[in-house]
Amino acid sequence: MQLDSKCPQGPIETRWDRHQFSLKLVNPANKRKHTIIMVGTGLAGGSAAATLAELGYNVKCFCFQDSPRRAHSIAAQGGINAAKNYHNDGDSVYRLFYDTVKGGDFRARESNVYRLAQISLNIIDQCVAQGVPFAREYSGYLDNRSFGGAQVSRTFYARGQTGQQLLLGAYQALERQIGTGQVAMFPRTEMLDLIVIDGRARGIVTRNLITGEVASHLADTVVLGTGGYGNVYYLSTNAKGSNATAIWRAYKRGALFANPCFTQIHPTCIPVSGEYQSKLTLMSESLRNDGRVWVPLKKGDTRPPSQIPEAERDYYLERRYPSFGNLVPRDVASRNSKVVCDEGRGVGETGLAVYLDFRDAIQRLGRHVIEERYGNLFEMYERITGEDPYQGPMRIYPAIHYTMGGLWVDYNLMTTIPGLYAIGEANFSDHGANRLGASALMQGLADGYFVLPNTINDYIASTKLEKVDGSHGAVAEAEASVQATTRRLLEAKGTRSVDSFHRELGKLMWEHCGMSRTAEGLKLALGSIGELREQYWREVKVLGTDEGLNQSLEKAGRVADFFELAELMCLDALERNESCGGHFREEYQTPEGEAARDDEHFSYAAAWGFRGVGNAPELHKEDLTFEYVHPTQRSYK
Amino acid sequence: MRITLHIWRQENAAAKGRMVRYEVPNVNEHMSFLEMLDVLNEELIAKGEEPVAFDHDCREGICGMCGAMVNGVAHGPLAATTLCQLHMRHFKDGDTLYIEPWRARAFPVVKDLVVDRSAFDRLIAAGGFIGVSTGSAPDGNAVLVPKEKADLAMDAAACIGCGACVAMCPNASASLFMGAKIAHLGLLPQGDAERDQRVVAMVAQANAELFGSCTNMAECEAVCPKGIKIEVIARMNRDFLGAKWSGRGTAKE
Amino acid sequence: MSTVVVHPIHRAVRFYEAPIGKKAVMAATGVILVGYVFAHLLGNLQIYSSDAQQINRYAAFLHNPANAVALWAARSALLAAVVLHIVAATQLWLQNRAARPQGYVKKKDVPASYAARTMVWSGPIVAAFIVFHIMHLTMGSVLPVRDIGLNPNTPDVRWNVIAGFQNPAVAGFYIFAMILLCMHLYHGIWSLFQSLGVNHPRYTPWIQKASAALAILVAVGNCSIPIAVLSGLLTY
Repeated sequence: MQLDSKCPQGPIETRWDRHQFSLKLVNPANKRKHTIIMVGTGLAGGSAAATLAELGYNVKCFCFQDSPRRAHSIAAQGGINAAKNYHNDGDSVYRLFYDTVKGGDFRARESNVYRLAQISLNIIDQCVAQGVPFAREYSGYLDNRSFGGAQVSRTFYARGQTGQQLLLGAYQALERQIGTGQVAMFPRTEMLDLIVIDGRARGIVTRNLITGEVASHLADTVVLGTGGYGNVYYLSTNAKGSNATAIWRAYKRGALFANPCFTQIHPTCIPVSGEYQSKLTLMSESLRNDGRVWVPLKKGDTRPPSQIPEAERDYYLERRYPSFGNLVPRDVASRNSKVVCDEGRGVGETGLAVYLDFRDAIQRLGRHVIEERYGNLFEMYERITGEDPYQGPMRIYPAIHYTMGGLWVDYNLMTTIPGLYAIGEANFSDHGANRLGASALMQGLADGYFVLPNTINDYIASTKLEKVDGSHGAVAEAEASVQATTRRLLEAKGTRSVDSFHRELGKLMWEHCGMSRTAEGLKLALGSIGELREQYWREVKVLGTDEGLNQSLEKAGRVADFFELAELMCLDALERNESCGGHFREEYQTPEGEAARDDEHFSYAAAWGFRGVGNAPELHKEDLTFEYVHPTQRSYK
Repeated sequence: MRITLHIWRQENAAAKGRMVRYEVPNVNEHMSFLEMLDVLNEELIAKGEEPVAFDHDCREGICGMCGAMVNGVAHGPLAATTLCQLHMRHFKDGDTLYIEPWRARAFPVVKDLVVDRSAFDRLIAAGGFIGVSTGSAPDGNAVLVPKEKADLAMDAAACIGCGACVAMCPNASASLFMGAKIAHLGLLPQGDAERDQRVVAMVAQANAELFGSCTNMAECEAVCPKGIKIEVIARMNRDFLGAKWSGRGTAKE
Repeated sequence: MSTVVVHPIHRAVRFYEAPIGKKAVMAATGVILVGYVFAHLLGNLQIYSSDAQQINRYAAFLHNPANAVALWAARSALLAAVVLHIVAATQLWLQNRAARPQGYVKKKDVPASYAARTMVWSGPIVAAFIVFHIMHLTMGSVLPVRDIGLNPNTPDVRWNVIAGFQNPAVAGFYIFAMILLCMHLYHGIWSLFQSLGVNHPRYTPWIQKASAALAILVAVGNCSIPIAVLSGLLTY
């Protein structure tokens, strides 16, 4: 398959405008005749569903949670980037574009990233108008803070709950459309398969999580805004329900999956405390604005932090990266934490943690300033650990947070299945091998409010969409396949719970496909995951029936998909013989221990095509060209 | 720690439920309350009993999905905390805990501890928004918002829609939830234009959902995981009385 | 959009239909009733006047046929306020009970004061007391009452009160009712501000303190009379 990214050519500054003009439009009267299925109600899905409905399309919107307001975008803490340059500190669309391409370690498409930087401006305006209570200065103007990988202040925020506030903005816009009847909302309804008719995505098969009813929904296009797949690792900062099932079933129906091994490990999370741990909690990156990261200079120093004198502390980020200091990008910060812990200088009971210390900031600014900036985060830390971070440093450790990989999409956000779109974290497009902080919210909203509603018209206007109904063979086939999977899970009647398998898978992945990877480890993992997957289908124990609410059954289906996805991630990681961004192969590093890219051989997006469970997938390559930001060794020194 | 639990078990919406006693002998004090329930569920699965159904998602206190009454208090004994952020170190070895679902006519039980809170969504759909369509916004700094107002709006906007206020209210009233949204949007200049019709429409919807009404007990405030104050209810009352007095905002009624 | 003209009566009905409207009615009638309770207290305290006939003169003034219109106007307004207050409260109570058909096995009340939780009981008991009180001292249908006999209706209030309170059961019931009234007023007064939309972090704590002070003042002032009679400090 030849991958056509459909990226416009010519000067990058005008590419999006020219492209928009070249797209066909659907007149308002005709929009009413079309139905769009939207799966997922996070920042991308929620904003897209609302906007498409405002335009006049009929939207059927699905989420597995009990309300669209609960999508996991709600948990994003720190902020959202926009190149407003309100602070006259040298920011510009071009600089945001540059920072993002560089931050992504030169594995993202320039055209997409430039568009993202341009749209960032409109997003802030839109959100302010919706009533998002962004932080303000006393003058009444919008306030900003700094985030990793940037030397300007371009991050807009609403305390430590920016994701929540942006999501509520989108959710309220969506509810407004639900109120008018333009959107039909299906909460507690999970997409379990994609219906492809005549090579086009025409619908989905869903399970009503309350009644257990399996049903088909048909439409003219299907959009997936179902988020990332970090829960492959069992322990991650994702919500417990976050899953890859929608994108994975789309993959199995023919959509290519790009860069699955590009996962982001967030450097500042609360460390694991025991076997029962069910998830990891992020401490916003914004904390690195004022917190200093350190470990003891000596190995095995067990003194409490307050008794370790200044001279015996190693502020290793400030030491190694004097110009960015504690605000290096996430991949760099995470890897360095791992290095110092591997050296035996980690702190806490497990030795798998480093200090994030606010002592100096509290002395410099006073406790009340720190409280105002991070109060809710400090409180959250205290709640979880029972320790007061105003008194002593926080202990933090990296954890899986975000997945840059996802369904391959072209510049129009369409996957390789015509009529199937992927937006937000579910696609692979904008962050390359590493995402900068406060850019996920930006991308989700850019896709949902401004990109998709413009590009989707072109497909609808230029495609003859025959009327389809439930009697089509593809519908029955997809429904039967969903029911077969459910039956198989319920009938396995094994001895082990779904969670116990998921935990084991997570450990394997964290060990071999986590912060650093080796060819040897990945091969080992591939073997073990395959075995575990087969064991899963034999020995999993799912109680209850498929009629009615059955949370074990829901989990079981998702974990089954995680097994297959995990194999693809390992395969992709094994195939990419270089280190870049979040993908760190120990064999490929600079003498200083930084990621060593191989632009000659790996300057491409790896898009994988499904060829049956257990069969090797097919690799397609989309070559990446850099006309504006020339790949260099990333340096934050 | 050893904890005795009495949990409400109910097969489905139509079934009759009952309290069932369970022992969890090996609770670690660092576990969250939901992790303790996870442990119980793993044990139940091992014994071949159906695990306890409970809603949860982010497990970091922001999605608003989790929640149950613990010994008669919504989200348990610790103030300003969701169930997922409540850790077992706040209980003692040998404690007995009664765990029940939110109870309100507007929140019917779906199964065990899971309830249907879609009435909250319908309240928002009735008027809990600013009617701005994508693309029509002026520059973010075009309208200034005094910091105090932005901060107050943020205090109210912190609501996570968990439903603890309804569960705890002796009248099963949704006033704190509605007041929070009305205050959040009404405090901002962007939301001022729709203030009258928003409050009128939301109050009418709350009646249609058969929520109770506010009798100023402040039980909601005491259990709100985000510390939202009943000042927002006063604001709702004020907006409502103002709208009714002037006759504005009735177009949607 | 065309302008919809709504008849004022319809508007009032719609206003009242909403629970917030009913609460506003309770608050407004509450203001009237609180004012009356306070005025009544001032009247009662005249019993301590060094001039033993002071309170009887006050009663005669109220019953003077020249003031009959004003008296009945006030009585009608009070009656209307009482009826509205009770009807709205009853409707809200029924509606709120229906909002939770199945209760909890265990339920704690975290901050709600005893007064707030018992409004629904202190209200009816106080209402019953008012009926008793009117039958006792206004209509004279509980215990024998005396009239000074100057005009057609000039009750000997001083004698009636003291004679009544010399009966410990009557005195006890008055004291009990006043304690309940105190609780009802404490929650009711600050709560009426909240119902009418007045809540401010700076002023509300003061409003609550003032409510408590006023409620205690009413209870202490009124209870002092039966206590004074029972302890023999106040005699005819």
